[in-house]
Amino acid sequence: MKKVEITGAEMFARSLADEGVEYLFGYPGGAVLHIYDALYQQEKVKHILVRHEQAATHAADGYARATGKPGVVLVTSGPGATNAVTGIATAYLDSIPMVVFTGQVPTDMIGNDAFQEVDSVGITRPCVKHNFLVKDLSELTSTIKKAFYVATTGRPGPVVVDIPKDITAQRGEYNYPSKVSIRSYNPVVKGHIGQIKRAVELMMKAKRPMLYTGGGVVLDNASDELTELTKTLNFPITQTLMGLGAYPATDKQFVGMLGMHGTYEANMGMHNCDVLIAIGARFDDRVTGNIEKFCPDARIIHLDIDPASISKNVKVDVPIVGGVKSVLQDMLKLLKSGDYKTDMDAVALWWEQILEWRSKDCLKFDATGKIIKPQMVVQKLYEVTNGDAYVTSDVGQHQMWAAQYYKFDKPRRWINSGGLGTMGFGMPAAMGVQLAYPDATVACITGEGSIQMNIQELSTLKQYGLPIKVITLNNGMLGMVRQWQEFFYQKRYAMSYMESLPDFVKLAESYGHTGMRIEKPEDVEGALREAMKIRDRVVFMDFITDSEENVYPMIPAGAGQNEMILV
Amino acid sequence: MRHIISILIENEAGALSRVAGLFSARGYNIESLTVAPTNDPSLSRMTLVTSGTDEIIEQITKQLNKLIDVVKLQDMTEGVHMEREMMLVKVRVANHQEREDVKRFSDIFRGRVIDVSEETYTIEVTGSTSKLDAFIKNLSKIQVLELVRSGVIGIARGEKILSL
Repeated sequence: MKKVEITGAEMFARSLADEGVEYLFGYPGGAVLHIYDALYQQEKVKHILVRHEQAATHAADGYARATGKPGVVLVTSGPGATNAVTGIATAYLDSIPMVVFTGQVPTDMIGNDAFQEVDSVGITRPCVKHNFLVKDLSELTSTIKKAFYVATTGRPGPVVVDIPKDITAQRGEYNYPSKVSIRSYNPVVKGHIGQIKRAVELMMKAKRPMLYTGGGVVLDNASDELTELTKTLNFPITQTLMGLGAYPATDKQFVGMLGMHGTYEANMGMHNCDVLIAIGARFDDRVTGNIEKFCPDARIIHLDIDPASISKNVKVDVPIVGGVKSVLQDMLKLLKSGDYKTDMDAVALWWEQILEWRSKDCLKFDATGKIIKPQMVVQKLYEVTNGDAYVTSDVGQHQMWAAQYYKFDKPRRWINSGGLGTMGFGMPAAMGVQLAYPDATVACITGEGSIQMNIQELSTLKQYGLPIKVITLNNGMLGMVRQWQEFFYQKRYAMSYMESLPDFVKLAESYGHTGMRIEKPEDVEGALREAMKIRDRVVFMDFITDSEENVYPMIPAGAGQNEMILV
Repeated sequence: MRHIISILIENEAGALSRVAGLFSARGYNIESLTVAPTNDPSLSRMTLVTSGTDEIIEQITKQLNKLIDVVKLQDMTEGVHMEREMMLVKVRVANHQEREDVKRFSDIFRGRVIDVSEETYTIEVTGSTSKLDAFIKNLSKIQVLELVRSGVIGIARGEKILSL
């Protein structure tokens, strides 16, 4: 039988189809022309043309966060690759599975400073889980397989595959491997049962326990297990910015987000607990505050799939390396055996203390004035969408208000750049979410600063008919920067305000969308209701909000979790 | 404390830069780093000398293990081991006395003169880092023209083996 030979570009397209890739976010260019030609001649993988490569990575990232499937990106060499770097780093810091294909100049020109040549593997090395340069056509499909495997297993993360142009033109026989194994990469899923027992025993002794859970619970789809465990134990639970939604925010055991802008009860609970149970969280500096003052009385259990996360910032007493879902299942089995009992009396007393902290109502704000309070917009959005929207955000004050006032009851609904803090993330991420869930309400909560960092994507949204709702909290200030300048730089507002803002209504309209400008508090709810009724196109809502509003509570830099600034 | 970490790593382009990049990105220090293929041509063995507190060394080994290309590693300092480093030193020997002194020193340190010219000797010395340091110290009256050290390599004593 005669062998059928196809080009490397065709192999690429077929590999993605065989991998089950639905959407490919990208932007064409010289080094990937063969690939685009192959994509043009197939229908399985749908390509979404963004307006800037950074947006391609964020859109793929949003898609990945909302679905749990890897986001896939294709960009050209040189500037295509460098533009993608911010999005790759964003995914890296939040452990999001993503595979980014970068075109590269032909093999024989690598290293010659050829047109649109950069060392993509070198540039991305510190912000990827792993990367590959394909040097031979025979390695192309197996490398693609490995890339998806590495990106989606263990602690997930972005993987870059750099493909020289000549390889995409060469011909060979297509063979996509069904299995993959890498001798040097064997992520642990199952936790050590002895350690799990030690952890459960410690939990039973706890008088002032605290569950502190993070993005790892979302990534491992372990919400059900976490909820069951929390209910079984009757312990208070706090979640990180990345973990929100894994445990229902409307449940009474949830004490709110913790950290720099966490609730009083969450941070006081952390500071005063005697047993801390950290699950899929990494003791980030925005969570711990001053590490010297962190949880002074607590014995700490830490469950994480990445051994390097354990005892990195905070020394822990009972480490458990393993997948969150698997280990929580093991814990639940132990608890069901009937051999373990929590100290119910002590925990009841602890709850009294927590309820006292909660009664401070640290998230209250005064919405009686004539200027729209940003918190109120988020609160109304929550009500109008019945708490069921997918919410993406950019970075700054609006992000914190979104996290504080939109109560996420389900995982994968809250999509934001937590680790890297990338402004310009929100709108492209919302594109990816809306593609994955065409009928869902997808809102991007943003500010007039952040939205302008990837505003060109209004054009992509139009092209693909993605009806996201942009909720801009426009205070005419780079609010978080201004807040820090107010607190710590004697109100010297250096470069934290912008002049010459565009008329966002006209801007949205010029892209073919609907724009709204809302200036009065009494109009907020009505406008949101009207916008949510519009299902067939983008509504860009420009809320003119109080420019002096601050995010509270706040743990200032260098302070402990018990040293919050309240309103 | 000083640690010698031996790493088996995939013998692939870029593997070395992943390790070097990890150290610079996370601010760990490297005293020396040597790398060469092993008897299994698909594997390279890297020996890295670093120092830090126990917490830092723990992080270093965890972060190294996290690199996809790293197959296995061992902190030699945790067990009984041998370490060797090679040094080549070119010195000015202008007169008979200096030639005698250098020859004597290198004999004492079990070194060898491996090249001679009218006014230079080149000596090869092998041993632990501290032995090489001591040798250099003894040459204080001699003009050192050039000095090159290989960096440390190490291997565990007895049955303990670092292999696949």
